[in-house]
Amino acid sequence: MAEMTTNYWWASESFWKKMAIWITAASAVVLIFLTFDTVAKITAGGKRVPAYSVINHRIDYVFDEKRNHQVPVIGPEEPLFGRSLSESEAAELVNKGKLTVQAKNCMNCHTLLGNGAYFAPDLTKSWLDPAWGSKEVREQSMIEFLMDPSDKLHNALGRRMPKLGITEEEARATVAFLKWMSAIDTNGFPANFKPIDQADTPAEAGAQATPAAAESSPVQ
Amino acid sequence: MASLGVLDSANLNGGQKLAVKYFTVAIALFGAQVLFGLLAGLQYLYPDFLYGVLDFSVNRMLHINALVVWLLFGFIGAVYWLLEDESGVPVVGLALGNLVFWVLTLAVVVVVGIYLLVQVGPGEMKSIWLINEGREYIEAPRWADIGIVVCMLAFFYNVAATFMKGRFTGIGGVLVLDLVALAGLYTAGMWYTPNISMDQHWWWWVIHLWVEATWEVLVGCLLAYGLIKTMGVRRKIVETWLYIEVALLFGSGILGLGHHYFWIGTPEYWLAIGGFFSALEPIPLVAMVVHAVFDAGHHKLKSTNNPALAWMIAQAFGNFFGAGVWGFMHTLPQINLYTHGTQWTASHGHLAFFGAYATIVIAFVYLAVQKWRGNVWMSGELVGAWRWKWAIFLLHVGMIGMTMALLIAGYEQSQIERAIEGSGWMGYFAAQAHPWFQQGMTWRMISGWVFAAGFLLLAWDLLTIGSRESRPARRLEPQEAMAVS
Repeated sequence: MAEMTTNYWWASESFWKKMAIWITAASAVVLIFLTFDTVAKITAGGKRVPAYSVINHRIDYVFDEKRNHQVPVIGPEEPLFGRSLSESEAAELVNKGKLTVQAKNCMNCHTLLGNGAYFAPDLTKSWLDPAWGSKEVREQSMIEFLMDPSDKLHNALGRRMPKLGITEEEARATVAFLKWMSAIDTNGFPANFKPIDQADTPAEAGAQATPAAAESSPVQ
Repeated sequence: MASLGVLDSANLNGGQKLAVKYFTVAIALFGAQVLFGLLAGLQYLYPDFLYGVLDFSVNRMLHINALVVWLLFGFIGAVYWLLEDESGVPVVGLALGNLVFWVLTLAVVVVVGIYLLVQVGPGEMKSIWLINEGREYIEAPRWADIGIVVCMLAFFYNVAATFMKGRFTGIGGVLVLDLVALAGLYTAGMWYTPNISMDQHWWWWVIHLWVEATWEVLVGCLLAYGLIKTMGVRRKIVETWLYIEVALLFGSGILGLGHHYFWIGTPEYWLAIGGFFSALEPIPLVAMVVHAVFDAGHHKLKSTNNPALAWMIAQAFGNFFGAGVWGFMHTLPQINLYTHGTQWTASHGHLAFFGAYATIVIAFVYLAVQKWRGNVWMSGELVGAWRWKWAIFLLHVGMIGMTMALLIAGYEQSQIERAIEGSGWMGYFAAQAHPWFQQGMTWRMISGWVFAAGFLLLAWDLLTIGSRESRPARRLEPQEAMAVS
């Protein structure tokens, strides 16, 4: 064994010491280079992660032939709670929502973008979930649910979300955050998601099938 | 010197006296992790259990935070354990080290108290600063983050300065450089942003580059030292292996970070980069198994400390299966699209954290109690050896049981919730109510009780092993002993 480590260059200590240094350094350099690019592309206001004022619009999740998965589609003006917000107002509201999501520890039951705990449904596209009933009652249902979920029907298992002392202001902000999050381009996660019907008329429902963003593939 | 088999701190050098303090807290927190895991597991079966008192979110947060903190305490303890041995000089700032230990421990107690009693805060920055950051694994509030960074800097100073004053072995060199990265990365997870994509992007710098890169290298250092100590494996061999491991671990693990960037809003190129490099991540873990098993076989399993050796072998296999195989199974994006955020992740997480990290800390605690009792006999025919053997057996049966049960639940979720129903609220609960999922949760709970029994036995064994022995530790063969010095 001793002979082995001294006779062959590829099994020598000095060779692997150099390899360890060079491989680590090269990987780190590539990672840093990619990080600059990624951070630029996921800054809010870009193609993948929209500006916070996207909550002024309808958001849908539609199959894209070219990318072969569903993509978020920013639709016509459809302000949250019926009031169109400026960019800074929208940012402030989503910010309050994100603070609420963190302070109430949502991620230790739910997943957001698929990360978190697995005791409750994924929230990535919760804004688009058909379980809210209809588009007309969705906003109010979400607010009421967030403020006191303890007496609402969840499922046949008896598993319930606890009452976390969420105020109406926090609930509205959380809904804004969830609406904004549903507009993030997540490369088709979750797959095969069936969004709530948001069409105003049956004719529009047919027209909706063409995604506005189908022409532009964000990367490559 | 005190008589053999009696706990006496005179048997330990300065760094080791500090190390056993860290180990004591680590094992206590391991117990807390098991306790809150049991409570959270019960809530899957009995949803009203502790509802509104200690909700699942609180139990789960304590379960995973206790995990992170007990492993960090174990690692810090293990580094202090080997520091004077490796460097050849006393720890330069032992008083500072002791102060930091008490500050860290007090901070942990305060944070646990806040988690239990305050739990959540209003949606304001002050909640992030004082109560809970609400970010998985690194929930600790901002004040604690800052405290942790200061404590880690003091710890790093102690390690680096001691090696600089004494000698830099290969293990010491890798360790110091790894600790720079490990401590530096924590700061990537301390910042607030409303942008969830940006948030998770940097959050993964901490989580992934800790557990799939810097922690693995740290464990490589600990394993190298452990193999030298227990079997007298030649330093040149373990250090060559250590460099191979560093090259392969960082070569695959740094860009393997990309497998967390599939679905969080990050660009599509990560699908290819993350898929490719993370698929390579098991390779160094194979190397670590080969290394540990080959050395153990070469030395005919004759060791100075059988429980420690057994836990090191368990580490090699647990790391390979838990982190390597279980990670690889769902790392490719085509599969991960359906498994991401299901119990697959929980299955992988349980086996990987236990296999890769809990094992090596336990091995070091066994090294510590041996020397603490005056370097007592811990080889074959040890008095009361059934306890450590049953502890390692029950902990493994419990852990493998939990892993398998969670995996079945994860498969079922991927199929029903994800592939068929499409991840909505209805699909989620359809999968949760399915008998296969429910059976998985029942078996996970049963396995959890087995694991808890194993933990109690382990704790009892660590308190008593060697106390009825009067033989000194097995001596290494002359050529083995030469390797150590």
